[in-house]
Amino acid sequence: MKYEDFIDNEYLEKMAEQLREGGTNVVLGCLDDLINWGRSNSLWPLTFATSCCGIEFMAVGAARYDFARFGFEVTRASPRQADFIMVAGTITHKMAPVLKRLYDQMADPKYVIAVGGCAISGGPFKKSYHVVNGVDTILPVDVYIPGCPPRPEAMLYGLMQLQRKVRLERFFGGVNKQIGKKEYEELMRRDLTAEKIDLNVETEHKL
Amino acid sequence: MFDFSIVTQAIHTALLSIMPEGLAIFLECVVVGVCLLLMYTVIAIVMIFMERKVCAAFQCRLGPVRVGPWGTLQVICDVFKMLTKEIITIRHADRFLYNLAPYIVILASVLAFSCLPINRGMEVLDFNVGVFFTMAASSIGVVGILLAGWSSNNKYSLIGAMRSGAQMISYELSIGLSILTIVVLTDTMQLSEIVERQADGWFIFKGHIPAIIAFIIYLIAGNAEVNRGPFDLPEAESELTAGYHTEYSGMHFGLFYVAEFVNLFIIAGLAATIFLGGWMPLHIPGLDAFNTVMDYIPGFVWFFAKAFFVVWLLMWIKWTFPRLRVDQILTLEWKYLVPIGLANLLLMVIVVVFKLHF
Amino acid sequence: MWKRNTSYNMTIREKITAWEPAAEWSAEGDGMLTVPVETFHDLAVRLKREGFDFLRSLTGMDWGEGRFGAVYHIESTATGENIVLRVFTPAPDKCGLPSVGDVWKGALLNEREAYDYFGIQFLNHPDMRRLYLRDDWVGHPLRKDYDPALNPLRMNNEVSQDSTPHFELMPDGSLIRKREVIFDEGEYVINVGPQHPATHGVLRFRVSLEGEIIRKLDVHCGYIHRGIEKMCESLTYPQTLALTDRLDYLGASQNRHALCMCIEKGLGLEVSRRVQYIRTIMDELQRIDSHLLFFSCLCMDMGALTAFFYGFRDREKVLDILEQTTGGRLIQNYNVIGGVQADIHPDFVRRVKEFIAYMRPTLREYHEIFTGNVIARQRLVGTGVLTREDAISFGATGGTGRASGWACDVRKRHPYAMYGEVDFDEVLFTEGDCYARYMVRMREIEQSLRIIEQLIDNIPEGEYRTKTKPVIRIPEGTYYSAVEGSRGEFGVFIESRGDKSPYRMKFRSTGLPLVSCLETIARGAKIADLIAIGGTLDYVVPDIDR
Repeated sequence: MKYEDFIDNEYLEKMAEQLREGGTNVVLGCLDDLINWGRSNSLWPLTFATSCCGIEFMAVGAARYDFARFGFEVTRASPRQADFIMVAGTITHKMAPVLKRLYDQMADPKYVIAVGGCAISGGPFKKSYHVVNGVDTILPVDVYIPGCPPRPEAMLYGLMQLQRKVRLERFFGGVNKQIGKKEYEELMRRDLTAEKIDLNVETEHKL
Repeated sequence: MFDFSIVTQAIHTALLSIMPEGLAIFLECVVVGVCLLLMYTVIAIVMIFMERKVCAAFQCRLGPVRVGPWGTLQVICDVFKMLTKEIITIRHADRFLYNLAPYIVILASVLAFSCLPINRGMEVLDFNVGVFFTMAASSIGVVGILLAGWSSNNKYSLIGAMRSGAQMISYELSIGLSILTIVVLTDTMQLSEIVERQADGWFIFKGHIPAIIAFIIYLIAGNAEVNRGPFDLPEAESELTAGYHTEYSGMHFGLFYVAEFVNLFIIAGLAATIFLGGWMPLHIPGLDAFNTVMDYIPGFVWFFAKAFFVVWLLMWIKWTFPRLRVDQILTLEWKYLVPIGLANLLLMVIVVVFKLHF
Repeated sequence: MWKRNTSYNMTIREKITAWEPAAEWSAEGDGMLTVPVETFHDLAVRLKREGFDFLRSLTGMDWGEGRFGAVYHIESTATGENIVLRVFTPAPDKCGLPSVGDVWKGALLNEREAYDYFGIQFLNHPDMRRLYLRDDWVGHPLRKDYDPALNPLRMNNEVSQDSTPHFELMPDGSLIRKREVIFDEGEYVINVGPQHPATHGVLRFRVSLEGEIIRKLDVHCGYIHRGIEKMCESLTYPQTLALTDRLDYLGASQNRHALCMCIEKGLGLEVSRRVQYIRTIMDELQRIDSHLLFFSCLCMDMGALTAFFYGFRDREKVLDILEQTTGGRLIQNYNVIGGVQADIHPDFVRRVKEFIAYMRPTLREYHEIFTGNVIARQRLVGTGVLTREDAISFGATGGTGRASGWACDVRKRHPYAMYGEVDFDEVLFTEGDCYARYMVRMREIEQSLRIIEQLIDNIPEGEYRTKTKPVIRIPEGTYYSAVEGSRGEFGVFIESRGDKSPYRMKFRSTGLPLVSCLETIARGAKIADLIAIGGTLDYVVPDIDR
């Protein structure tokens, strides 16, 4: 899809323009552009799917739609190596902590795409006792792709919207949140006994 | 045939005229090292791009097309992405070993890479036991993989690393045997010398039956050695998510990724050197005009053409064949390839003793 | 089809009444026998001995006023005879039914499901954990008095337990709880899933390994449990249709067909022959679609990536045909009560014929690229054997059952739509290994093409939809209909009380029996075989979890 074809996001352009004028220096700005060009064209998805949308996600990767054309080539099975997670399918109460954990396991910068009605709002299962009504209640979602399930074309469009978003971000001082080495060490050394349950440590559990 | 050593010799004399010998050699080493690393990177990028395009072609797809002409800049994008990704430190991991592992893998790969004779006079590491050195250098990689699996504090990584260890150590044997078969034929272990001996015909033709058998064994074992194709169980996606590098992110994962592809190139390059005449042009006895034309094509073009042909062969296999199971891999090696390799070695000895080769 | 056992000239209903004079027959809907709980286990053993070896469906029930129980659909594979039994729990406050997991192994997971939904404790069940919901879930959601406010979204990680409760009845009538160990301290347990490329969705196994060999396997379901059955209870009948497509999204058409059939049966509604033709063709197209996806995914799991893309390439062609008529690719929402949503597209017949002509040679290509491959054979032949007895006992229908030599095709057992009139073979293998399961599906594509070929040229003229009343109410009673889904018997059980929404709606999952037999198959296999076994069992996780 050509750049001009995106007619619905002029405000994003304007916002970016304003941000740029707000005083980034030229070298950093150029480097930013270069890195963002690289990042936006090399977004690797995590192989994650819970239901129907996952099959369409596979179809997007397969012969006819082939998202490798845009650089979404390598679907990684390990969250450490993936750049974005496509929440394709319903997220249930039992799955929600798992999904959160997967997201936490991913390396920054990371993005979330909510695919399909279920991930956006609970979809047809909104009234169920076991369905999370919208994955944005647990994760920061970057792009929503509506549909039940969305057509592969819709998914491609959504993926390209993510590319655009990445391209407009500021890498230095923006996405690249630096924390001090000391702070990092401290985080690493923090005592986790209080959060034992979060680490799935086996504990005595009474029924 | 252009001899690259003329150029290096000229540079060397020019440097000697302005500085003492020690400094000159040091300077040359630095330059050569930098060139080597540059070439390593370029090869890696070309290989990754080729992999994507080749597999896309096999799978009725287009592959990357959007970034740069025909998608050629795709891998550059990936490099930028990798460089800016967070490197996660794993809690409860053995930090030192965890960080060391990718560098060991890449070190082994660079060492083995520097042994490849690309053109006449363009060998970096070339001495009388070159074959052994190459094999020794390339097998350091398994240490890195084992370390990666062990230090990640992840059960999948550990299983992946153990599989990888078992597999690579086993298949080293077959690679050794098949190379040895050719060494018997050439009576030298220096890689440049092996290429020189193929001026009147590539070994795969000269050694006929045993050489072809050795070539096939080499391809199978080489494929296993770099954990690719039907032998990719250490990182079998559908079983072990990503195998020994499951926990690696950012550039650390990038190093594993790059090393995998360059290792493939090294295996292909060695195959080209040992069996397909390295940088030697194709000569057909009797057709002098043809041979002269072939001689005009520079040696490195021949080398890369042959190496990439072998790479393409291996990619074809990788994308078509299902994966073997771990016991089947070991059965294949110890019950079939090793005995065949040994018998083949014997056959080659017979061929050489009775001068049955061309 | 309904052959009677000649040596005994009694129906099974009469026999049960003879054994158990307290059994009561209620004729509403399909009719069922209510049997007393005290002797139910003995009756089950007797029934099994009598040849009733296939437990089609086990449905937990809450009949209100504290009356809980279960409904069992049992079939004899030898004679094809069916019986529906109903059992009440002994007293309103005591929730205990005898487990029949030792009679029909397929009951084990279904009883866990009933426990999860209703809190019915099954006595002597070896593993009485929740099946779908978290262990710290409060209450039982399908009880009529369940309050959803009890369970807000919990974001703490769930702790996997290594032991399981087990209830036994003491002589004085009280229940005691025992603990059974699943995994010992020293075992090397790895966790496969819920996010794992080989589990085809969000299924989770905990696997105890010895080197690469699987020693034990513990299945955890429920990561995509959406509570569809509970939701159906508050929807009108036409509304419930929309949810069936999302159960097994690769058998969307067939699932919906089953529900429509069940409702039509309840209403006594006859659909036109045109509708029957269209439904049959759509079902078979869907089956081809599903089997192509099966082929693709199996190849991908085994590492043959190119074959995966070939399968998807051709699957798109089926989807194109479906989309042209129904407007949906994966989920078509096509069948409605009394017919189909819209008439077939004018190009439909032509395109289907083109597809049939295209598909036959393409299947040969598949066999060349994958079936004939020496590595593929090495991986598939002889691994993951499921015996015929086990297949029946677990109720593993579909391609899995047929690969083990069990003629379990619903299209042959209880012909519906046009299946009684078309000529096709039921593909049967006897090996029961992964290769047989794979070949069954590949051959079934050919049979599906054959069925479509016989129907496509003579779709009769007529109404594509029978007019129904705006508000549909099914007469009181229980109804069960089954179709042959893409991966086994897909059944719908409705208990109606004459309202516009069902009192209880239960879907017989095609995948749950397949998962329940996984432990038996995978024990002793290599971890890589688990991938091949999972791939050839061909389960779809949202169908298991519902």
